[in-house]
Amino acid sequence: MELKLFKQISGNEWQISPSGKMRVPGIIYATESLIRDMDQKVYEQVANVATLPGIVKASYAMPDAHWGYGFPIGGVAAFDPDEGGVVSAGGVGFDISCGVRCLETGLNLDDIQPVKEKLADALFQKVPAGLGSTGRVRLNRAEMDAMLSGGARWAVERGYGNPDDLERIEEQGCMKGAIPDEVSDHAKKRQQDEMGTLGSGNHYLEVQHVAKILDKEIAAAYGLAEGNIVVSIHCGSRGLGHQIGTEFLKGMATGAAHYGIEVPDRELACAPIHSPIGRSYLGAMRAAINCALANRQIITYLVRQAFASILPRVDLPLLYDVSHNTCKVEEHIVDGQPRLLYVHRKGATRAFGPGHPSIPQFFRTAGQPVLIGGTMGTASYVLAGTREGMALSFGSACHGAGRSMSRHQALRQWQGKQVVEQLGQRGILIRTRSYRGVAEEAPGAYKDVNAVVEAADRAGLACTVARLEPLICIKG
Amino acid sequence: MTQKRWEHFAHGSDIGVRGVGGSKEEAFEQAAFALTAVITDPESVVPSELVELTCEAPDEELLLADWLNTLVYEMATRNMLFGRFEVQIHGETLRAKAWGEKIDALKHQPAVEVKGATYTELKVYRGSNSSWVAQCVVDV
Repeated sequence: MELKLFKQISGNEWQISPSGKMRVPGIIYATESLIRDMDQKVYEQVANVATLPGIVKASYAMPDAHWGYGFPIGGVAAFDPDEGGVVSAGGVGFDISCGVRCLETGLNLDDIQPVKEKLADALFQKVPAGLGSTGRVRLNRAEMDAMLSGGARWAVERGYGNPDDLERIEEQGCMKGAIPDEVSDHAKKRQQDEMGTLGSGNHYLEVQHVAKILDKEIAAAYGLAEGNIVVSIHCGSRGLGHQIGTEFLKGMATGAAHYGIEVPDRELACAPIHSPIGRSYLGAMRAAINCALANRQIITYLVRQAFASILPRVDLPLLYDVSHNTCKVEEHIVDGQPRLLYVHRKGATRAFGPGHPSIPQFFRTAGQPVLIGGTMGTASYVLAGTREGMALSFGSACHGAGRSMSRHQALRQWQGKQVVEQLGQRGILIRTRSYRGVAEEAPGAYKDVNAVVEAADRAGLACTVARLEPLICIKG
Repeated sequence: MTQKRWEHFAHGSDIGVRGVGGSKEEAFEQAAFALTAVITDPESVVPSELVELTCEAPDEELLLADWLNTLVYEMATRNMLFGRFEVQIHGETLRAKAWGEKIDALKHQPAVEVKGATYTELKVYRGSNSSWVAQCVVDV
């Protein structure tokens, strides 16, 4: 994008001044080079979000922002229900509560190297991945509803984990306010065989090692040291979330006129928070958040089983679990006053600063862990939320590298088999059912995750704690 | 006579599907081929099992999104892929026949699962040479 479109507020903060129907400014956090490389559509989408009723302070985009649908991916916007604020199905996205969970293992690189191949095979065999794979947990109607109300807490009660896991998950593993009756039969049917599955696309399960500690104090609070082995799981609410997104997008698009809401893009379809469809969506969307949390909990159980089959005495406690695509009610200080806002994060991670009451006590002073996924050939990062970020972006940071190349271009440029071989030569084992999927997800098709994380750190959105590099990747 | 065809177009993180045909129905059928092609080579899908579908929407663009979303739903719940389509549109209602088979991971090498058809770049219009174009971005 042209830099002249923006008013530069600081080295890493770029403002789109309000014009036309924009109610608030747009703000993009990024380095000059990331801004230059961003799609022009990000500018349009950030500006479009700024036109929505009840938006508070600004329409934000994180350093990994790219062209999404309606909202940019990497978009953050908060709405005040008492000022006509809206909730948008497009603003949350199809993969509701898609997120990353990181497990610690207490192992070091030397412990893993001799069993790497066997572990990769065990994980690939245990965790269903890719299109057409089905989970081993099939839910009847009553259990489906219990899962949608209980989230990871439901999963732990059914034996898929330990009670200790729950305090290390956003919302303590259970999103309140979920209404299973607002979830259609279609959505429930679509989920029937998909509990405990990774899905496909950019979803993955990785065994990683801590390659570098960048903040010793916070890393110690999180229990991370150089050479440690961790496991990261990236997936979401599967078919149930996708179906809810699809149905409410249509419902809001066809109902927008009824509420007198004019949107510049149909995908921005939204409804007042205090409206029947708004309440109904929130009930269904929260149920989908629980579905994602339960799904990652079941996958955690499968990962633990796979590890136990190779390394019997290993424990895999959670570091943390974050969600990317959500709308959550949060208290934020605006102009010195506390306000309850509906914060949409679309491809953005909640990144609450030190001391926030929702952060588990044992690392509350360090700030919330922010887990950033990379690609199968590069790096992932652990960051920590900052006090500054609370004011900058309603406590939000980036969520990943973001694509720099379309799937189509990637397919023309790479062959999956070669990508797997090249990564193998670098000591990264890939397990996949689809070489075409690997080609589309080739590391070169993504932006430089280091640059994205550096920009988030420099902008003050989050503080870089550790760099993780992949050893095994089970591709969804 | 418009040569019917399908194609993909680039989108930042996802992928666009486009169908072109001599009629709106044909453009919708071709868009469905483009949808299958996001996942696998449509030629590799044997059209052995028939599924009949109906959807409704207040305008032709939302009807396209609904049509593709209905296929996404059927693929997900039946664990199928589709390789042949027959579409009829009357006003706000679309009736279709879709033929396909169960997913075979080894044979079809499915690249990615489609989560849903979005309203981004959602367009249904008369192109040049009186052809019809039906397109949108799908989330994968």
